[in-house]
Amino acid sequence: MSDDLIGGLLGPRGPELTCEECFDELDRFVELELAGRDADGEIPGMRAHLAGCPACSEEHDSLLALAERD
Amino acid sequence: MTATVAAPAPGLTDEEWIAALRANSDPALEALHELLLRAARFEVERRGGRLRREALDDLAMQSADDALVAVLAKLDDFRGDSRFTTWAYKFALLEAAVRLRRLAWQNREVPLEAEDWERFASAGSSPQAGAELNELMAALRAAIAERLTPHQRHVLVSVTIAEVPIDVLAERLDTTRGALYKTLHDARQKLRRHLGEQGFDLEQWT
Repeated sequence: MSDDLIGGLLGPRGPELTCEECFDELDRFVELELAGRDADGEIPGMRAHLAGCPACSEEHDSLLALAERD
Repeated sequence: MTATVAAPAPGLTDEEWIAALRANSDPALEALHELLLRAARFEVERRGGRLRREALDDLAMQSADDALVAVLAKLDDFRGDSRFTTWAYKFALLEAAVRLRRLAWQNREVPLEAEDWERFASAGSSPQAGAELNELMAALRAAIAERLTPHQRHVLVSVTIAEVPIDVLAERLDTTRGALYKTLHDARQKLRRHLGEQGFDLEQWT
């Protein structure tokens, strides 16, 4: 069993957003990241959720890549 | 009246986008659909893999269509915390991502009796892992078997070991992604609490 699997089974350590809250904040989070601002500080629990939810993480990565092009 | 509203174009402000869409102008709706289609195609190109081109084009178009409905329904929720285009993109990306994951799993069964769990639970210790890690793995297997409800175990094993996408699992179990993630979260918290009480240091798994 890899460390990744243990990490997946145990999930994020700290408080995290729900999938719904993640979706609501995703655009703001991505633009804070693109602006080089403290996205993790401004939206606590988002990074933990992205670490624990593969689906939300995929959507975050795509939005970040797409918004970066604009 | 609506014919006087210009179609949004690159460089338009967020306020102009919102005003044009509230006015329900056809050019504005067409421009929004084009924007959403671009986002859906972007997702399809990233994650479509070896799916047929025709199927991917259809999927992108359906995603843009549904995202258009979602964006218009949520227009009053736009707070201006991001650019309008970034806010709108996320609806199309979600629609396309969910469809792609479902398509990838459409002919695959989610292991209801968790064959992956059987394999995982019966695995022996690994000489390479070291005594400490093997001890944690054994405790983790025991905790999953003994501390979780059957539903929690099924969701945890399906999502983390069998790597079933959470929205695919939600569809098969006739529930929502949010409800399943809550189950997953509660299961993980239970495991962390139990292993912590047993003296395991879980700091490195954040």
